[in-house]
Amino acid sequence: MDLNFTAEEQLFREDVRSFLRAKLPGEISRKVLGGKHLAKNDFVRWQQILHAQGWGAVAWPVAHGGTGWNPVQQHIFDEECADAGAPLQLPFGLKMVAPVIMAFGNPAQQQYFLPRIIDGTDWWCQGYSEPGSGSDLASLKMRAVRVNSPEGDHYVVNGQKTWNTLGQYADWIFCLVRTSNEGRRQEGISFLLIDMKTPGITVRPIIMLDGEHEINEVWFEDVKVPVENLIGEENKGWTYAKFLLGHERTGIAGVGRSKRELKKLKEIAAKESNHDRPLIEDQRFRDRIAQVELELMALEITNLRVISAEGEKRAPGPEASILKIKGSEIQQLLSELKMQALGHYALPYVEEALDAGWPGDALMDGYGDYSAPLSGQYFNIRKTTIYGGSNEIQKNIISQMILGL
Amino acid sequence: MDFNYTEEQLALQNTLRRFIARDYPFEHRRALAKSADGFDRAAWKTFADFGILALPFHEDFGGLNGNAVDTMLVMEMLGRGLALEPYVSTVVLCGGLIRDAGSAAQKEALLPAIAGGELMLALAHFEPGGRYELDRVATTASATGSGWQLDGAKAVVLGAPAADKLIVSARDGSGISLFLVDAKAPGVTLRTYPTQDGARAADIRLSKVMVGADALLGTAGNALPVIERALDYANAAFCAEAVGIMSALNEVTLEYLKTRKQFGQPIGKFQALQHRMADMVIATEQARSMATLAAVRVDSADVALRNRSVAATKAYVGAQARFVGQQAVQLHGGMGVVDELNVAHYFKRLTMIGLTFGDADYHLGRFSDTLLAA
Repeated sequence: MDLNFTAEEQLFREDVRSFLRAKLPGEISRKVLGGKHLAKNDFVRWQQILHAQGWGAVAWPVAHGGTGWNPVQQHIFDEECADAGAPLQLPFGLKMVAPVIMAFGNPAQQQYFLPRIIDGTDWWCQGYSEPGSGSDLASLKMRAVRVNSPEGDHYVVNGQKTWNTLGQYADWIFCLVRTSNEGRRQEGISFLLIDMKTPGITVRPIIMLDGEHEINEVWFEDVKVPVENLIGEENKGWTYAKFLLGHERTGIAGVGRSKRELKKLKEIAAKESNHDRPLIEDQRFRDRIAQVELELMALEITNLRVISAEGEKRAPGPEASILKIKGSEIQQLLSELKMQALGHYALPYVEEALDAGWPGDALMDGYGDYSAPLSGQYFNIRKTTIYGGSNEIQKNIISQMILGL
Repeated sequence: MDFNYTEEQLALQNTLRRFIARDYPFEHRRALAKSADGFDRAAWKTFADFGILALPFHEDFGGLNGNAVDTMLVMEMLGRGLALEPYVSTVVLCGGLIRDAGSAAQKEALLPAIAGGELMLALAHFEPGGRYELDRVATTASATGSGWQLDGAKAVVLGAPAADKLIVSARDGSGISLFLVDAKAPGVTLRTYPTQDGARAADIRLSKVMVGADALLGTAGNALPVIERALDYANAAFCAEAVGIMSALNEVTLEYLKTRKQFGQPIGKFQALQHRMADMVIATEQARSMATLAAVRVDSADVALRNRSVAATKAYVGAQARFVGQQAVQLHGGMGVVDELNVAHYFKRLTMIGLTFGDADYHLGRFSDTLLAA
């Protein structure tokens, strides 16, 4: 039992740090750390830089371009990237569809898609939820009908997906579609990869409560999808979907990012004043920071315990639900305290202040460059206990899969 | 980074698990709690045979050179068994004080006796009216020429009724010092009582208690850092004990949810109860992570890091233990509030751990104040 990083692990951390110092563009990290708008190209550029280093998909198997790092190394990498202000590597390609393609895709699919994910060529989005199918995902209705044709067999897809994060930039979408109404409803679902440029696809923005365009709904009208884009077997998609959801939960603890945000919260609480003293000297406020920090300390170790155990058996189990629940609650608490630290200056909604390079406004004395994003982040981060299987669904998973209730 | 126990640690854990299951069942424990001693002297001898009374001492003094992770593992098992033996008082607190502050002669005289199960001790430090304040010592030590005279009062001294010797903190001109006092020495009066969780404690009055010069443990006036360290060890140990209890409570509660039927089905089929149980499991896993942190950090030479980690752990585990204890009672319904089941006894022990040597608020404050230094 040793919670200290080994000398090798410390050296590894130094390597990651010097890479980040040398290669992470300042104009990108300033946006991330300042909570400013990121452009599509910021994400893509960072993915390309990582790929050039051989770190485009650190968790992948070496055969597909991964690093072979153990879980502790991956954790160190995540932590350092977050601390330095690297953009989040979006999970849809790297952590969601790629493991499914590796596990269940055929060699042609692996050879085509995986290199384009790791080098940033393709932007992926997720087509799981539908307006009538949220937590009850297996009730999904989007139809795919197989048609034999001389130009090549294909599916004709009709229906609607929703909550497609950053789908406005996507080249590809992975979808759960209904290919059968026979038997149990889970047994009529298939997993399709669909080119977003296919005729019949319409992307419509959904504006979130913070005023941002982060999510979309995607409509499919007689969309022709070649049968070559089916993953695995028809009607076996639910198995692949569950596999994917397990992978989605592992990164969701977000320990590295929360540590960065905690640091930021302390900086803000030192900068804001109360009775002419730094706000952090207010015991009520300080105790609330302390309480979140305790949760985060515990989660960091729980996370390491889970990923260390995972090192031996690979596929993340239901205990990942614990990480999701605590991780998301901590993100919400941190965002709330940062907003609260601003006092009255949590109220202004100054849209232009969210763009990089906003010069500030001489007539808004107490409104720092750092103030602008905080309330919006609080509103936005309410999503974390809802997405990826709501926290209530996670508790169902714990009570049913771990506890056998 | 390594989350695995060594072979020896796993063997010890198995030994204790078997002992608790076979020789320390709940009904035995219930009888002990009502007995005169309030614990099992035969079990204490068995603990000596297992080596756990020798765990944290150097081999030169009959010890096993164990670390705080070993203690964590022992405490977790003692927690599962709701063991009443004053392990923390004798081995962790007083043994730790003698190990850290004692002279070679004191160590030679006392540590092997503790390790062999022949000597029990209790730390008489906190005082009435002082709540959890560490430096609130009004008991006086006056030099007499040949030794010291001690006068004062000590509050809720855990394990005192069984103790052969007390370690008493007292103040002289130079600061706070520690003294080894025979529990039966003239002038030492104990008002003994059981505690809410079935253990034994006493309030102690010291009136013109004469001790020799060799009773001084450590150097005069410099005891506070040593006491602080010993209490950090004790709190880390209590947190591990709490985690053992929380795990056991979760097991019995889960079993109850699966077997108790209402409305024609096991009550564990109801989502309100499923989610509560999930919350209890999460709280316990998070508490286990923190107890591990405390065990690893309490051995650190970096005092600030040690203090901060233990404060964080006691604050966090205290809150989680309160939640798990209360919910275990709630989920057992009427059966949760009766004396017959072990649930109430686990709950009472968890509650008392939460109030011993600083409650969750006290330790949250300690931790929170470190944010000012940052």
